Amino acid sequence: MSLYGLQKFLFHLNREPQVQARFKSDQAVLLDEYTLSAEERSAIARHDIGLMYVLGANGQLLMHFAAYLGQPWPEYIQAMRDGVARHGPVRAGVYAMTTTLDEKVAGV
Amino acid sequence: MSLVFAAVCSHAPGITGRAHLADPVVKDALHAAFYALGDELRAARPDALVLVGAEHFGNFFMNNMPAYAMGMADCYEGPVEDPAWLGIAKTRIPGHPGLSLRLISEVMQTVDVAYAEEWKFDHGLMVPLHFLTPQYDLAVVPVNINCQGPPLSPLHRAWAFGEALRRAADRVPERIAIVATGGISHWPATPDSGKINEAWDRDFVGRWQRNDKAALLAYTDAEIYREAGQGGFEVRTFISLAAAAGGRGAIRHFQPIPIFSVTCTLGVMEVV
Repeated sequence: MSLYGLQKFLFHLNREPQVQARFKSDQAVLLDEYTLSAEERSAIARHDIGLMYVLGANGQLLMHFAAYLGQPWPEYIQAMRDGVARHGPVRAGVYAMTTTLDEKVAGV
Repeated sequence: MSLVFAAVCSHAPGITGRAHLADPVVKDALHAAFYALGDELRAARPDALVLVGAEHFGNFFMNNMPAYAMGMADCYEGPVEDPAWLGIAKTRIPGHPGLSLRLISEVMQTVDVAYAEEWKFDHGLMVPLHFLTPQYDLAVVPVNINCQGPPLSPLHRAWAFGEALRRAADRVPERIAIVATGGISHWPATPDSGKINEAWDRDFVGRWQRNDKAALLAYTDAEIYREAGQGGFEVRTFISLAAAAGGRGAIRHFQPIPIFSVTCTLGVMEVV
């Protein structure tokens, strides 16, 4: 159930300028509105794309959080690889990693 | 009037947003073919474009996910994503609520769909429109098939939905174009992004060109996930288009482009 809360937060952040503003100005109160595990909340606060990926965040939501943070595409891809290297395989969802850690299929 | 044009296209955000990372020759050939498909669309003189996509949580989320949804608004806006990230400026896209109401009412005779009077287009619709109607001067009826994750509508229901769209198009006085947009094999937005199963793609496109209903509906989602990735679930859009058009397909462009995460595919289908 908790992964749902993480993804719902990303859905709102990606869509709503008001949520983006609150993420900067009022983050703790904003995150209180979502059902998040301590690990998820910490990953959001630390902008830890790699851990969010491992926790199962859908890539179609996560890639826009990376863009919001200003991460260029190659950095976003590498952050997910680094997350798997640190935390192990993706734990939920349909966006599991099937390539190896050093396999750059698109050159990035 | 009738269905006057039917086509399929890719919609990967990299086509516009990561164009600078691609081989310029490869990218330019794709962009030129995409614009040429727009020329074919306009030559059919449609009054409206029914654009069948597979959006990526731009509007529909797991709190209330419709298997099928159709837009019914005066106008739409997009892209919902950062314009700089996608490489497409924010704009408004004209709708046609009266036409939407008539199409949806007929579709619902056989397939239940959700309707939406508010819809922020994501890259899944904006990338095709960027090339096909770059002036955003053609009324659009957006359509969504949930392809993001299970539970997914069975492939035979995607076929039935395409048949319903065709029946609805044939019962309105306007000239209707349908373009369906999705990826074939791809593993988008993951470290696998750029992985492409070209052999699987060629086989799928062959089935689509022959409009071989039995072969198109023979896949299981487990097989699609294994061989074509989570992005492969989007073949539902191609299948609906085949059901709507009824004829044989012709591929205009087929080029695996890893930095765009997909075999970039453009095709038209004979309307029979």
